[in-house]
Amino acid sequence: MEAASHAKATHDHAHSHDDHAHHPSGLMRWVTTTNHKDIGTLYLFFSMTMFFIGGLLAFGIRAELFQPGLQYWEPEFFNELTTMHGLIMVFGAIMPAFVGFANWQIPLMIGAPDMAFARMNNWSFWLLPPAAILLVASFFVPGGAPAAGWTIYAPLSTQMGPGMDLGIFALHIMGASSIMGSINIVTTILNMRAPGMTLMKMPLFVWTWLITAYLLIAVMPVLAGAITMVLTDRHFGTNFFNAAGGGDPVMFQHIFWFFGHPEVYIMILPAFGIVSQVIPTFARKPLFGYASMVYATSSIAILSFIVWAHHMFTTGMPAAGQLFFMFATMLIAVPTGVKVFNWIATMWKGSMTFETPMLFAIGFIFVFSMGGFTGLILAITPVDIQLQDTYYVVAHFHYVLVAGSLYAIFSGAYFWLPKWTGHMYSETLGKWHFWLSLIFFNVTFFPMHFLGLAGMPRRIPDYALQFADFNMLATIGALGFGLSQLLFVAAVIKCIRGGEKAPANPWEGADTLEWTHLPSPPPYHSFETPPVVK
Amino acid sequence: MLNQSARYFVPDPSHWPIFGSVALLSMASGAALWMNEASWGKFVLIAGVCILFFMMFGWFGTVARESEGGKYNSQVDLGFRWGMSWFIFSEVMFFAAFFGALFYMRVLSVPWLGDLEHKLLWPDFNAQWPTAGPGVAEKFTPMGAWGIPALNTFLLLSSGVTVTIAHWGLLKNNRKQLILGLAATVALGITFLCFQAYEYSHAYSELNLKLSSGAYGATFFMLTGFHGFHVTIGTLMLTVILARSIAGHFTAEHHFGFEGVAWYWHFVDVVWLLLFILVYWL
Repeated sequence: MEAASHAKATHDHAHSHDDHAHHPSGLMRWVTTTNHKDIGTLYLFFSMTMFFIGGLLAFGIRAELFQPGLQYWEPEFFNELTTMHGLIMVFGAIMPAFVGFANWQIPLMIGAPDMAFARMNNWSFWLLPPAAILLVASFFVPGGAPAAGWTIYAPLSTQMGPGMDLGIFALHIMGASSIMGSINIVTTILNMRAPGMTLMKMPLFVWTWLITAYLLIAVMPVLAGAITMVLTDRHFGTNFFNAAGGGDPVMFQHIFWFFGHPEVYIMILPAFGIVSQVIPTFARKPLFGYASMVYATSSIAILSFIVWAHHMFTTGMPAAGQLFFMFATMLIAVPTGVKVFNWIATMWKGSMTFETPMLFAIGFIFVFSMGGFTGLILAITPVDIQLQDTYYVVAHFHYVLVAGSLYAIFSGAYFWLPKWTGHMYSETLGKWHFWLSLIFFNVTFFPMHFLGLAGMPRRIPDYALQFADFNMLATIGALGFGLSQLLFVAAVIKCIRGGEKAPANPWEGADTLEWTHLPSPPPYHSFETPPVVK
Repeated sequence: MLNQSARYFVPDPSHWPIFGSVALLSMASGAALWMNEASWGKFVLIAGVCILFFMMFGWFGTVARESEGGKYNSQVDLGFRWGMSWFIFSEVMFFAAFFGALFYMRVLSVPWLGDLEHKLLWPDFNAQWPTAGPGVAEKFTPMGAWGIPALNTFLLLSSGVTVTIAHWGLLKNNRKQLILGLAATVALGITFLCFQAYEYSHAYSELNLKLSSGAYGATFFMLTGFHGFHVTIGTLMLTVILARSIAGHFTAEHHFGFEGVAWYWHFVDVVWLLLFILVYWL
């Protein structure tokens, strides 16, 4: 009997060895891979690299703003810093990180062997490094990098140097990558679920990604259209954004924000998904109001298409338009409120523990909600007309993007690292990372609310003397926040290299397929036999 | 286990995607160089296009071989159907951006430029569509709808019929009907493109209608240009499945390669109908 089981174990070992021998080794493994786990890892490391490049640019901004007056940069270069910080963080750090999670987790969570289009999945990733090369190279061409803000509004963007062309092409390539990645995700979710995994049994992370991928397919082509018009206005004599030719620079804003507002939800819905996995796990209770979470996510996605002009209240739109977009925007607070309520209700009377993923998830609820509320304030047209282009807006979107999207990414990373690597991460490092991030985040961005309310404009390298104290504080906070992120790198590397062996399910309350059906780390090819979900 | 590997298809590692990435990198950097007065950029661009074609040839060849080798079961087939549908949806949204620009200029920004506030700046501007805008001095003649464009509408609609006839041939296992139907569709596509090219040269040489002719010129050429580009891609795709049909590919039960191209062709057809009504006719 014992011999038989030993023989079986050897056989299993030989079999898994066969699986591993199936792919080339070294660099070519990563270049040619069609494996969702490899590609997920590539996405996550790419995202981390871009996160630090974007962070370096952010520190360039904060260093200049440490004191009033011009310290280090010419104003033109300061504009390049703000623009490239935004573009790199949005398209290089946040979005690829969520796609990395999708690649790793969706097949595992729905019981599929891989993504639906495994080769196209490889291409979706390998389009990102060329785009990043184009973006970063734009700093070194005559005239420098794009400096029109991440929104590349016309007519600024129709006038700048060759760096803008590189930026436009980089956006085209990243857009193509996003569209292919999203088609892959939607098809995987709709077509590859294990028997018994009905739509309303899917883990919420999978649901949020299904809706996010739909948003991406709907709006990335619109961005491609907008930047193509910028390109032809720049080089081929069209007049889309030129009033002398019957066009209108404001039209760029309409088309851009028709993409841009859903884009905001593209960066937060997967975060909602991660938090909705983490909170029930560490509260040891099923998610409160699962169905209402699904409907809330869908409502947010639908509403995201009819609120874009709240970014443009000061462009002189008719009062009826302002009212419509104000009320539509406020309506989004309802499904978002449903979500926050459900997370809190999940924790209510739960048997809670506070490991690092849970800390980041709870931090997310607190700090993201503050960003949500400032969003509600900015939705009020007369208030927005006062606050447009001030630091209040900068504070608002960093509360939702850093404390929202980024915290959820950290939460998810700590949550799934034991599954991915087979080792437990260092709880000490994780907790230090969380608390330092939380404190320094607020030191950096909370004062920006006051700066904005007092009238400090964004995207300007100099400021009036009365803003000096809060700016100095924010810069100190930014330095602390940036350095704290090195702890994350340390935690990830330490976890990959070793550490306490992770059991198949290290979390008592986790009940999705990757924890219940697979060892940690999962084999290179998992779920070749689909599990049956009851 | 065997049963299950028949259920799922996971391809081996592939070197084709990285060729595509190198291709797009050289196309983008070549185009950026060329547009900024470095004329050698066009060689970088052309090299990128060549690599892209090489990649597509190799990649799609692999897919065709796998398909003919019987590796694609009904689940893979359904996956392709979902994938192609969502891809066409993304194309719809791309065209929506340009139709949106046409709507915005024609209904909003041009009338605004003719209102009382702008009389001070451009007292002589007559805000009537079609227009090149108040600041473009050159006059142009708009493109009429009932000459070549109407003929092109007829050609594209007919090509929708011929591709359906080809599909019926495939379903009935009548290879001759399949091949002749596809050949007719390709011929109609090429004829459409030739007419379109003639129309462009007519616009430039006789109507003085250019890409730089303000709002009308920009929307006219960008919408019809991107449509023509899609017709070109569609014709190439049709040519590929024509060649595959001649080589004996596709069966009555298993032919999504054919259907995907037919879907795309119908999509291009519908876009043309919108163009004909909104750009040429109204």
